[in-house]
Amino acid sequence: MAKILVITSGKGGVGKTTTSAAIGTGLALRGYKTVIVDFDVGLRNLDLIMGCERRVVYDFVNLINGDSNLNQTLIKDKRSDNLYILPASQTRDKDALTLEGVQGVLDQLKETFDFIVCDSPAGIEKGAHLAMYFADEAIVVTNPEVSSVRDSDRMLGLLSSKSRRSEQGDRIKEHLLLTRYSPERVENGEMLSVSDVEDILSIPLLGVIPESQAVLKASNQGIPVIMDDKSDAGQAYSDAVERLLGKEVPHRFLEAQKKGLLKRLFGG
Amino acid sequence: MTSDANLDLLDNDPVFHLKGGMLAMTVVELVRQAPERFAMQLAEKVEQAPNFFQDTPVLISLEKLDDRLDIAGLIALLRICRDHGLLPVALRGPEDFRPLAQQASLVLLPPGRGREKVLEAPEPEAQAVAQQPAAAQKPGAAAQPAQGTPTRVITQPVRSGQQVYAPGGDLIVLAPVSAGSELLADGHIHVYGPLRGRALAGVRGDTQARIFCQSLEAELVSVAGQYKVAEDLRRQQWKEAVQISLDGDSLKIAAL
Ligand SMILES: Nc1ncnc2c1ncn2[C@@H]1O[C@H](COP(=O)(O)OP(=O)(O)OP(=O)(O)O)[C@@H](O)[C@H]1O
Ligand SMILES: [Mg+2]
Repeated sequence: MAKILVITSGKGGVGKTTTSAAIGTGLALRGYKTVIVDFDVGLRNLDLIMGCERRVVYDFVNLINGDSNLNQTLIKDKRSDNLYILPASQTRDKDALTLEGVQGVLDQLKETFDFIVCDSPAGIEKGAHLAMYFADEAIVVTNPEVSSVRDSDRMLGLLSSKSRRSEQGDRIKEHLLLTRYSPERVENGEMLSVSDVEDILSIPLLGVIPESQAVLKASNQGIPVIMDDKSDAGQAYSDAVERLLGKEVPHRFLEAQKKGLLKRLFGG
Repeated sequence: MTSDANLDLLDNDPVFHLKGGMLAMTVVELVRQAPERFAMQLAEKVEQAPNFFQDTPVLISLEKLDDRLDIAGLIALLRICRDHGLLPVALRGPEDFRPLAQQASLVLLPPGRGREKVLEAPEPEAQAVAQQPAAAQKPGAAAQPAQGTPTRVITQPVRSGQQVYAPGGDLIVLAPVSAGSELLADGHIHVYGPLRGRALAGVRGDTQARIFCQSLEAELVSVAGQYKVAEDLRRQQWKEAVQISLDGDSLKIAAL
């Protein structure tokens, strides 16, 4: 059974596209046939992070309008035979996507893929609604700061009331992914801690991705950060994929690297 | 002491206090001028939830009304409302409705700011079972009409941006209530989890209504229109299990 996974947040710039690329690639590397769908019409970003921007011919809107078929539109990833990307249109506006159109494309994708990863645009308006409406599971990407947590909370409300599953009396399975986490800044009281965020959102924690130079480096090279298995962010994303597939993996990168003053004094 | 001084003292003794309060009010938003259909549709709604409409003060909004309303039309409208237990207290609409409002001895309020939500008609019985998975509903259970005041039970977290109202009864929430959300009840509000949003009990004036919560972290609490905001709440029993009730005309917060 194909699973539709939405990567959503409410707030912009928190790491949805980075996460879509990493999780999608991670699933494909573990043998699942995966497609990552870019719902951010007009802002096409995913293809850059996946490093396939030079091979885009047709896009999501073409596919919905019947200008192209699935084979012509999907871009095969260079690194994994299991991975495909459905790019967003750069020239159209977000009204080009319709609920029926999206449903039609998702239904087609369900026939071939194990996982359909939907990279949601920011906000809680139409684009974000379309990206989450048909989802079976949602990864809510949150940064450890108050406004991001508040927006995620709002998005969780929409997932439980404005989705197809909720309309059928069912629920979308929710996962919390805390990204850009900096234990040092948490210790200094500049950021919310993992437990603060868990306490407010009260949904299961899928993973904590540390703030990492590796992310920017990876996106500049067009290689999903999960491929960089030496990096902390890459490893944290791999752990998250394992958990998504049902494995129990302890959380890492939650503590500050350097010893705090007290620890240094008492050798803790 | 002269008698004059005595009089002075009495004169200064306040016979009233001016107070700010917040009350949720039902708005009847008129979209069409059709008295017969209005009467029929209102009667239907009243039949669904008689408690809800008994002596309910309402505000009549004319903002969405396309055609003009004359005084005869307005009087007919008011009569239909009163016949069904509603007590119109004010009109709401642009300034040109002022003469009309004055003729009908109603207050004219300026157009609303769009914070209102459509009230779902309190469906008899369905309220309490609505949150359970469909399979758990006993067949036939929904056939009996509700008796007494309906209680609304919410089992999922109430998230930022969401509003939950229990018309004519109590509201019970078995999950966290997020900052940026709002709970409203004509009766009591119980929150078995942290209360971080707003909670307004007794919104139709029940001064006996109370708020109970496991951890008081609210943005605002109110009983029958008397309210306190987070800034004041933080000073006592913050993050503790409390009950909040009306003591005279101030809110009393007591440990549970
Ligand atoms: N763990 C991380 N460490 C450091 N930088 C990160 C991390 N995750 C994301 N970023 C950076 O944050 C920025 C936003 O990331 P991304 O584009 O994935 O967010 P988004 O939620 O998709 O944004 P939008 O809402 O605009 O679609 C990028 O510059 C990215 O490199
Ligand atoms: Mg993005």
